[in-house]
Amino acid sequence: MREITYRQAVNEALDEEMQRDPNVFLLGEEVAEYNGAYKVSQGLLDKFGPKRVLDTPISEGGFAGLGIGAAMVGLRPVVEFMTFSFSLVAFDQVVNNAPNMLTMSGGQFNIPIVFRGPNGPAHQLGATHSHATEPLYANFPGLKIAIPGTPRDAKGLLKTAIRDDNPVLVLESELLYNLTGPIEDKEIELLIPLGKGEIKRKGADVTIICYAQTVRMALAAAETLAGQGVHAEVLDLRSIKPLDLDLILKSVSKTHRCVIAEQDKPFCGIGAELTYQIQRDIFDELDAPVARVAQEEVPMPYNERLEAAVLPNEEKILQAVYQVCYL
Amino acid sequence: MPATIPIEKDKDIDQSYLEGELRLLYLMLLIRRFEERASQAYQQQKIGGFCHLYIGQEAVIVGAVAAARQDDYIITAYRDHAHAIARGTTLNASMAELLGKATGISKGLGGSMHYFDKENHMYGGHAIVGGHLPLATGMAFASRYRGEDRCTLCFFGDGAINQGVFHEACNLAALWKLPVIFVCENNLFGMGTHVERATAVKELTNRAKAYDMPSMVVNGMDVREVRDSFRTVLDAMRKKPYPFLIEARTYRYRGHSMSDPATYRTREELDKYKNEDPIIGFKSVLLAEGKLDDARFAEMDREAKRLAAESVRFAEESPEPPLEDLYKYTFVEDSNQ
Repeated sequence: MREITYRQAVNEALDEEMQRDPNVFLLGEEVAEYNGAYKVSQGLLDKFGPKRVLDTPISEGGFAGLGIGAAMVGLRPVVEFMTFSFSLVAFDQVVNNAPNMLTMSGGQFNIPIVFRGPNGPAHQLGATHSHATEPLYANFPGLKIAIPGTPRDAKGLLKTAIRDDNPVLVLESELLYNLTGPIEDKEIELLIPLGKGEIKRKGADVTIICYAQTVRMALAAAETLAGQGVHAEVLDLRSIKPLDLDLILKSVSKTHRCVIAEQDKPFCGIGAELTYQIQRDIFDELDAPVARVAQEEVPMPYNERLEAAVLPNEEKILQAVYQVCYL
Repeated sequence: MPATIPIEKDKDIDQSYLEGELRLLYLMLLIRRFEERASQAYQQQKIGGFCHLYIGQEAVIVGAVAAARQDDYIITAYRDHAHAIARGTTLNASMAELLGKATGISKGLGGSMHYFDKENHMYGGHAIVGGHLPLATGMAFASRYRGEDRCTLCFFGDGAINQGVFHEACNLAALWKLPVIFVCENNLFGMGTHVERATAVKELTNRAKAYDMPSMVVNGMDVREVRDSFRTVLDAMRKKPYPFLIEARTYRYRGHSMSDPATYRTREELDKYKNEDPIIGFKSVLLAEGKLDDARFAEMDREAKRLAAESVRFAEESPEPPLEDLYKYTFVEDSNQ
C-alpha cells in the first residue's frame, strides 16, 4: 500500500486506461498544454501526444457532442468538464444525446463515453460555480453516475467507467483533489465496480450514508460519536446510479437509524430518493424517521461565513444523528 | 455508388431501374410515394407523435447520397425518412417504424424523428434542432483519429443555423480540419417562421466565412447539380480534410409537420416551387435526352406506389415491440468489465 492524492489517483486512472486502449482519448478545456485546470491531466500530453490529449475551445456543447459522435463510431472519449457547473451549458448533449441513443436506435448505438470533472461546491465560487449536479443527472435513465470520495475510489471507479460501454459521469470534487489516502501499488490493477457502495466504518447504532465531499465529514462525525459511546456505520455510496440499495438496506436493518449526508440541495435531492426507497422496503426496521443533511435551499452565497452556513458539515451530521437516536 | 436499393430483390423489378441516373429518379419516386402513404396513414391515425414530411426536397438527399461513398457517415435532423431510404433502409422497415412496430428500423422505439440504420451508415434521426451537429464533428473526428478518408455528411434545416451548437460545431470542425460537410437544407421555413424573419444574414453561406470555411449554394431541386456539387466537394475533402458548408435551396410542399396547415405562405409561392419539382424536372430532362420514355416512367412509378402500399400492409401486420423489452435498451450489456 502507498498514499497518493485524489488528483494523482485520477491521473493514474487516465494514464493506465489510455495506455491500455488506443481508442481512449481525453478532451476538454485546458487538459493538454495547461495540464488541466486542476492539474489532473498533468503529463498526459507529453506522454500521449496531441492526437489523444486535446485542448478544446470554451465550447461545452460542441466538445461534449463531439465526444458522443466519436463514441457512436467506436472511440472511447473521456470528456473533462472544468467543473460540472459548466456541463449545464452542454446539458442537451449530456442528457438527450448520450443516454437516449441506445433506446432511440432500437439498440443499434451504445455510447461508451465518460464525462468527468469536479462537481459540487468548492470554496467561495458563488452561485454559478457551485452546483452539485448529481440529482439532475440521476433523473435521466441511461446515465451511470460514479461519485468517489477517496483517492482509491477515484482511481478504481474511473478506470471501470472508461471500460463501461455506456455513458458514465464521474463526479469528482475540487475540494478533494489534495486529499491523500491509501491505495494499492501501481502494479495491481484497481477496478471498482459501478453500483457498489462501501462501508467505510463499521458501527451498530446508526447508519450515516454519504458520498464524495460528505464522506470525510461523516467519518469525522463517526469518530466524535465513538467518543460519546455512539457507534456509527459510515456507508459511502460511491455510485449513485446504479444504486447499491442492498448495502443500504442491510446496514439500516442492522442499525435501525439512518442519516443521509448529501452535498446537494435538499429539494428532490439524492437523500429524498434514498429516504423513499428505505421506507418503502424496510419501514418496520426504522426506529426513527430518516434524517437528511443537505445544503440550504438557496443559491450559493459568496461570503465565506454564509457559504459555510449553507453547506453540510460534521456538526450538522452530529445533530442529525442525535435526532434519530433521540439523544 | 450509393447504397443498395431499398427494396427486397423482386423479380418484377426491372433491374435497369437500378442503374445510372434512372436510379436517382427511382429513389426520388420511392421516397415521394412512401411519404404520401405515410401522410395517409397518419391521417388514418395509424401513426402517432410528430411526422415531418420531406416531399419536395428529395433531390437533396438523393443527389448527395449518389456522390457519397457507402461508408461515409450520414446524420440528419428529424425530417429523416428520406435520408434513411436513400441510404438503403427498406420501405417496410421505414413504415414499420412510423407505426411503432418491432420490425421498424429502430424497433419501434424511435419513431418518425429517430430513424437509425447502422448497417447503412445512417446515424440518425435527431430531433433537437441543431443538437446533432456536434455529433457530426465527432464522427469526422473519428475519421481523422483513425487516419481514414471517410467523410461525414451532416444535414439540417435553415432553422438550425441560429442554434449555438451550429457555431460550436463549425468552429471545432474548422479548427481541427475535420472532413465534414454541413448541409443546410434551406426550405425557407423553420416551422412557420420564414428564414428572413429568423436569420440576420441574407446569404446563409456567409456564416461559413466566420470559420474560414469554404461554402457553396446548390439548387436543391436539381438532383444532378446536387450530385455533381457533392462529388466535387467530397473528392477534395478526401484528399485534404477540411469542413465545407453547402446550402441546398429547396422547398417542402407540406407543412412543417402533419399538424401544420402552412397558412404562413401563399398558394402562389407553393405553386412556383411545384413547377420546379425535382422529380418532374429530372423526368423531363431524361425524356429529352432519350434515356427514359413515358411508358417506362409510368412503370417505375407504379412500382414505387406498389412498394409504398406494401410497406403499410407489412407494418400493419408486424408485431408490437414486446413489453418485456421495455428495459432492454436503457443500458447495453457491459462487455469490457
